[in-house]
Amino acid sequence: MTRMKAGPLLYGFLVAVLAASIFPLYYSFIVASKDNSVLGEKLPPLIPGGNLVENVTRVFDTVDFWLAMQNSFIVASTVAISNVVLGTLAGFAFARLRFKGRDSLFLVVLGTAMVPTQLGVIPLYMLMSDLDWYGTLQAVIVPVLIGSFAVFWMRQACEETVPYELIEAARVDGCSVLRTFWHVGFPAVRPQAAVLGMFTFMTAWNDFFWPLIVLDPNDSPTVQVALSSLASGYYTDYSLMLAGASLAVLPVIAIFVLLSRQIVGGIMQGAVKG
Amino acid sequence: MGLSRWDAKYTPYLIITPFFVVFAIFGLYPLLYTAWVSLHDWQLIDGDQGFVGLENYSRLFGDPNFWNALFNTLSLFVLSTVPQLLAALGLAALLDRGLRGSAFWRAGVLLPNVISVAAVALVFAQFYGRDFGIVNYLLGLVGIDPVDWRAETWASHLAVSSMVMWRWTGYNALLYLAAMQSVPKDMYESATLDGASRWRMFWSITVPSIRPTILFTVVTSTIGGLQLFAEPALFDPGFAANNSTGGSDRQFQTLVLYMYEKGFRLFDAGYAATVAWMLFIVVLLVAVINFSLTRRIASKG
Repeated sequence: MTRMKAGPLLYGFLVAVLAASIFPLYYSFIVASKDNSVLGEKLPPLIPGGNLVENVTRVFDTVDFWLAMQNSFIVASTVAISNVVLGTLAGFAFARLRFKGRDSLFLVVLGTAMVPTQLGVIPLYMLMSDLDWYGTLQAVIVPVLIGSFAVFWMRQACEETVPYELIEAARVDGCSVLRTFWHVGFPAVRPQAAVLGMFTFMTAWNDFFWPLIVLDPNDSPTVQVALSSLASGYYTDYSLMLAGASLAVLPVIAIFVLLSRQIVGGIMQGAVKG
Repeated sequence: MGLSRWDAKYTPYLIITPFFVVFAIFGLYPLLYTAWVSLHDWQLIDGDQGFVGLENYSRLFGDPNFWNALFNTLSLFVLSTVPQLLAALGLAALLDRGLRGSAFWRAGVLLPNVISVAAVALVFAQFYGRDFGIVNYLLGLVGIDPVDWRAETWASHLAVSSMVMWRWTGYNALLYLAAMQSVPKDMYESATLDGASRWRMFWSITVPSIRPTILFTVVTSTIGGLQLFAEPALFDPGFAANNSTGGSDRQFQTLVLYMYEKGFRLFDAGYAATVAWMLFIVVLLVAVINFSLTRRIASKG
């Protein structure tokens, strides 16, 4: 069944799947460009209208969307950089350095992936209050500075691309562990590190539950929390809501469109092999 | 001991430490502490009001809202996970055929996964509007009466599940595809010589060969599917006014949504922690059941 020729029927089906993937996005851009009253029309809107600028302006008038975008950007880029740096270091150690208890410690890393962090939000919230971090961005950033996925991912990358011999040679030449990492390890895994960076950026940008709990929605929320407050009010202002949703989606769509080849390649590599 | 000996011996530990520190403080400690909080009358703002033993648990077992949320969680989990993983498997098998522009199709199916859950929930909430939603419009074209997607239990569960499916099917399909591509081709060739049908090859060669990936996706989507929050929360128009109960009669209130209501709206942290801990047990149970079930199914072939 593999490598069997694909017929027009299959391409037709895939086009339909693709259309279903894109449609909700397209639809939110359409509604974002319309006057709210068109939503009362019998036929659902499928063609853009002329109210995009007005609706976007209303988004910025309703909530401080610039601040929210800025906050999300700070959160997502900090988390991405930190996961790349700390994850690559740890992955390098687990893949290429010899130390006692290495394998069992790595098993612990894998095991932590099974711990549902969402369920600990109540003590986590209390911890943040005790630290006086409620409403601050570090409350969102610090708990995810490094995750098991980053360690797992970069360990695999190092196993596949960093030869032991090079490490040994650098050590014989008197390089410290960190210098060896920087000059031999890191350059070899730069592509995988880039994929990890994009993933973590998008995940952090899209996070909703924890920022909703620990940030003040009226003060300095992330963009996802700001979105949820656009959905307020007695009557639902869909043009406003979806204009906000479209704006919040733009940065990740831009990253995805530019780098989709690497991202898809990354997922394909990271899959558990059969 | 020279500096370089020290370096070789201790630097590895030094560079793996951040992970364990972050996990201990922000992952493990809160989870364990949740169990402790659940044994107290504990108010989110006023703090610990005293040890009450298992009182929160006995209250929980007599709480119809808890059982309702548990039912909704399991129902939404089954409705979203089972069709999603089957669809992903089928989609992966199609993408595994020699396609022109394979990178393009792969990116296309992954696209929904990069959209934030909040944005998805808002768009789908609009799709499922009772009076002017596009879903009811399409149903009307084939002569089906408008459905009140928020009011009825099954209708709301279908609506919420469709958001989850839309977001995750392509992602899982790509994981399956990656595994399928490493299945040795000669297995298919010899099966073809034996006259096996395509369908039969799929179930007897492809599916058993990618078993680890199937197990992986079953476990991860179990954990994710039982912790649904944003989709049902934002499907309720009362959410931003801070009174979302997952439908007017809690018909799509999940356990996490119930935990949120108890802990962060009513400030009953002790009770919310009890809900969280029960959910943890449910997640473990379902993950174990799914794991062994999938193992059996996938090994039969």
